[in-house]
Order: sequence, then structure tokens, then C-alpha cells
Amino acid sequence: MRRRSGRLVAGVAGGVADHLGVDVLWVRAAFVLLAAVNGAGVLAYGLLWIFVRQESAEVTRTIGRIERQQAVGLVALGIGVGLAAAALGNSFVGWIVGPLGVAAVGAAVVWREADESQRRRWAEGARSGVNGLTGTGRAALLRVLAGVLFVALGIGVFLVGNLDLGQLQFGLLAVLATLVGVAVLTVPWWVRLARDLGEERRNRIVEAERAEIAAHLHDSVLQTLALIQRQSDQPREVLRLARGQERELRHWLYGPTGYGRGSTKNPALDEGLAEALTNAAAEVEDAYALTVSPVLVGSDRPLDDDLRALVLATREAMVNAAKHAGVGEISVYVEIEPDEVNVFVRDRGVGFDPDAVPADRHGLSDSIRGRMERHGGTVRLRSAAGEGTEVQLSMRIAVETEREGAAS
Amino acid sequence: MTGGETAGPGGGDAPVRVFLVDDHGLFRAGVRAELDRVDGVAVIGEAGSVDEAVAAIRHLRPDVVLLDVHMPDGGGAEVLRQIRPDLPGVVFLALSVSDAAEDVIAVIRAGARGYVTKTISGRDLADAVRRVHGGDAVFSPRLAGFVLDVFSDRPGAAPPGDPELDMLTPRERDVLRLLARGYAYKEIAGELFISVKTVETHVSSVLRKTQLSNRYELSRWASDRRLV
Repeated sequence: MRRRSGRLVAGVAGGVADHLGVDVLWVRAAFVLLAAVNGAGVLAYGLLWIFVRQESAEVTRTIGRIERQQAVGLVALGIGVGLAAAALGNSFVGWIVGPLGVAAVGAAVVWREADESQRRRWAEGARSGVNGLTGTGRAALLRVLAGVLFVALGIGVFLVGNLDLGQLQFGLLAVLATLVGVAVLTVPWWVRLARDLGEERRNRIVEAERAEIAAHLHDSVLQTLALIQRQSDQPREVLRLARGQERELRHWLYGPTGYGRGSTKNPALDEGLAEALTNAAAEVEDAYALTVSPVLVGSDRPLDDDLRALVLATREAMVNAAKHAGVGEISVYVEIEPDEVNVFVRDRGVGFDPDAVPADRHGLSDSIRGRMERHGGTVRLRSAAGEGTEVQLSMRIAVETEREGAAS
Repeated sequence: MTGGETAGPGGGDAPVRVFLVDDHGLFRAGVRAELDRVDGVAVIGEAGSVDEAVAAIRHLRPDVVLLDVHMPDGGGAEVLRQIRPDLPGVVFLALSVSDAAEDVIAVIRAGARGYVTKTISGRDLADAVRRVHGGDAVFSPRLAGFVLDVFSDRPGAAPPGDPELDMLTPRERDVLRLLARGYAYKEIAGELFISVKTVETHVSSVLRKTQLSNRYELSRWASDRRLV
């Protein structure tokens, strides 16, 4: 950031001093020394002026009389050293530097005016686009005009003095020189235009993002919170709503197509086994107001008839646990291997003796078993009174499905 | 690494001194209230930011730090990074509302001895605290699933560089599988006909591998796969 107060030319030296944490005097001296090297200091100062932003906050710095005198002296010395170095080098360089130096002074005056007008713009808080390169007021206008004159004069003298050319070439070069002059003069304008555009685009993106998040939170979370407040006397319902909303929000944030993701994953797998099982678990959660936490291991695969049966059987097993076990949580573990899928549905509920089950319970177990066996799967049931129940469902993956899966 | 300490999970003379780090005051209050109801665990302090936490942990030297994963200024991993080199005796248990694999793997790799989600009951949380204090690792079923997935020998997976660190033994795999199925340590021991102590050894070994292995999948997988 370039300094806005306590500056002499453009606040570049002050800004560099702030950045490096040294006294501004040393920085100015360094620029003077650099100016002796073919005017590198002057060039560096100009470039920093263009590309370093002015600080936007008003900081009051007082600049003492002695410091001001030192600084003015250093500036003069810098210009002098630059010119002398150029002149000592050889006369040709000296000729170039002389008029171009005048042009540089002119450009400096105009750029300084541009800094002023930007500051005024900040002060007013107005975002009136990119006009206002020149400030208001007669003095400012005069300064700008003087700057333009200097630039034109410098370039003109440079052309006339250095080149001995025919009419046509001179005309072309004059046009070119005018273009260069205009380009130099309008540098602050272009820089500001580019910055403003970049800033505006960033603001727009942030704005759109914020709007999307707000809309989502409004539709989902706020609605759910309102529902929870209205039904606060029904703990079961509150639990169901809270859990459902949590799941939904998680999906939005971390899900395969979720907000927190850059790109969507393989869309063919969106309706895959993992998704189907997660959905089934969510349905059971919603219907019975308990927590089903599925853990999936292995790479997802597309659904076929066998796997669809497996998902339905898993859902049935979860429903059984939800209805009969009398617990608040069911563990579901799914292991997808290349040739087999294993599902474990486990609760720590009341359990039962598999050999002495009531008829209805037996029937449900049969519906799981029947479904699995029709598709070539197996069911293993482990339970004992008081020790919870675990249902293991295994489905082998047919070879042709395997080939299809690999081909798609 | 603190396995040699005298106050193991069973010997409950002095309560385990717990420090809470979470940027939500409401949540801290809830956890504190729940843990105060349980014997053998005492909350000795809490902090709401990374800097605060680092200073207070250095000063208080708690036995176990309950660490929120998501916080401003770098989160739980940052606290781990600052404390672990100086105070290796302080044990960290990560506690988070997020189940995203990225977060889980990040805190475990940064040195946490376990990971539980914030929906855990007060009793289970106290149990987990005592367990990490005794030198064990605490794996939620979901974390067990993550680790199984990372260490699986899927076709196309990169060949392991260091077999000692990059592969799980069949026994460790069995233990993890049962953890993912929701079994407690005692139930796993009964299922595999081994002692609870052996189960603990296997889980600690898996934790070490998860923390130290250079398996390509650990970083890649964690960043490009986030299960809900």
C-alpha cells in the first residue's frame, strides 16, 4: 500500500518503508542511488506507482519541516543523478533522457492528480464508474494540462532532436508518439478500470454464493426449526425432524453433488448401490424416529436386479430392528467387494431366540430370506434374548454383471 | 504412547482431567454438564479458540483434551500441531459434528488418539475419554469403515511402499470389520476368541498405521471422497 499522507510524490517510498519496516529516509536514499544506475531508480519508482495500490484508509502522518526539506533534496538529487549518469554515459543517451525526462515529469504530475481524484472518490463513497481522472477545480485542471503539455513537449523534442526523417516517416512517428503519450497519461485510468472490473466480478460471485446459501438455509433449516418449535411437546417428532434435517444438510454440504464439492462424481453412480442403501436407511429413520448410521466400504457399483433385491431385504431388516428391538440406533455396515456384497444390520435391542420366534416375526424373516434366496443370496441371523440381533445378507455378484460394470 | 501410565481405565482413584476445546459455548456447556454427571472424569477447563486452547493446555496439562475439529484459525489440527511436540503426554480425542472423511483423517493424522461424533451420549463419551487416557485408540464405526476402505487392496490401488506400515494384517482387518459393524471391544473379543487386551493392541496398531502410513490413498481418498 502506498502512503496517502506524509508523502512527497506518490507515497511509494513511504509504502516501501512501511512494508520493510525501515525509516523512509533510507528508502528514498536507495531510490536516489538506484537512479544513478541508468535511471533504474526512477523506473522502479514509476512501476511501483502504477502497480501498488494507494492505501484506502486515512492515516494521519505529520511530516516535519526538516524531513520535507530532506525529501525534496533527495528527489532533486535523484533526478539530477539520473540525468548526470545518463549524460556522462554518452551524449546520445543524454539526448534521449533529457526530453523523456521532461515527459516523465509531466506523466508524474498527471498521475498524482489521478491519485487525488481517487481519494476524493473514496471520501465521497461514490461508485460513479471510471470518470474523474481529472479532479474538479481549476488548479487541478491546470496541473493536468501542464502535465499533458510536458509529456507532449518531451516526446516532441525527443522526436525532432534525434531523428532526421522524411515527411511520411515523421508523420507516422508523430502519430505513434501521440499514442504513446496518451497511453502513458492514461495509465492510472486503465489500472483503475481493470481493478474495478475484477473487484466487481468478485463481489458478484460472493453475492451469488451468499444468496444461494441463504435460500437453502431458509428452505430447509429455518422451516425445520419452525416445525420443531410448534411440535416441541412431541419429543419423538422433534427427534425425527432434527435427524431428517441433519441428514439433508449433510448431504447438501458433503454429498456426491453437494455444495462442498467442486465437481460431481461419476453421474452413472448417482443411482448406485451406496445411494440406494443410504436412501433406504434415511426412509427407515424418518418412519421410525431413530438413528440408522450406515457405514459403506468399497467402491460403489450400479444397481442390478440382484442388488435391488439386496437393498429391499436390507430395508426390511432395518424395519424389523426398528419395530421390535426397542432401541434408538441401528448399525448398518456394507462391504462392497468385487465379487460379493455383504450387509450387516445390527441392533443392541431385546433380541430373541431364533428357534422360538412368534409366527409374525418368523414371517418377516422369511420375506427377507425368500427374497435373498430367489436372487442367489444368503441370510444369516444371529440373535439371543437380551443380546440384540444381527442380520447378515450376502449377495454374490454375477460374472456378467461384473463385465457390464467394467464396460460401462 | 501413554500406555505405561498408572491411572488406566480401570484404576479410577484420581479422575481423568479433561479439557474442552470448542468454539461453541453452548456445546461446551452441554458436554461439561454431561461429563460432570459421570464419575471418574473431571472437566478442568475449556477454551473457545486455538490460541486460548494452546495457552491453557500448556498451563493446565490435562490428561485428555476433547478437541473440536472445526474452529476458526486452523481448527483442531492446529492445536495438535502446536501442543504435540512439547507435550506428548497429553492425549487428544477429536469430537466433531462432521463425518467427512477429510476431517476424520486429518485429525487422526495430526495425532488424535480417536474420533467420535458429537451425537455420542454422555456415558459413551466418558467411556471413550477413559479409554484414550488408558492408551487405547477410539474408533467409531464410521472411522473403522474409512480406514478399511483406505487400506483395501482394490484393483488398481498403488502397491504398498512399506508393508510394515502400508498393509493391515488379516487380524486387524477382522477387528476393524467388527468395529464397523458396531461391535464393542468386549463383543469383538468374544467373537474372535481373543482377549480384550489383544483387541486394544490391534486397534492401536491400526491407529499407528493410519497416522504414519504414506499410502497414496490416505491423502487422495480423504480429499476426493466425502461420505455423508
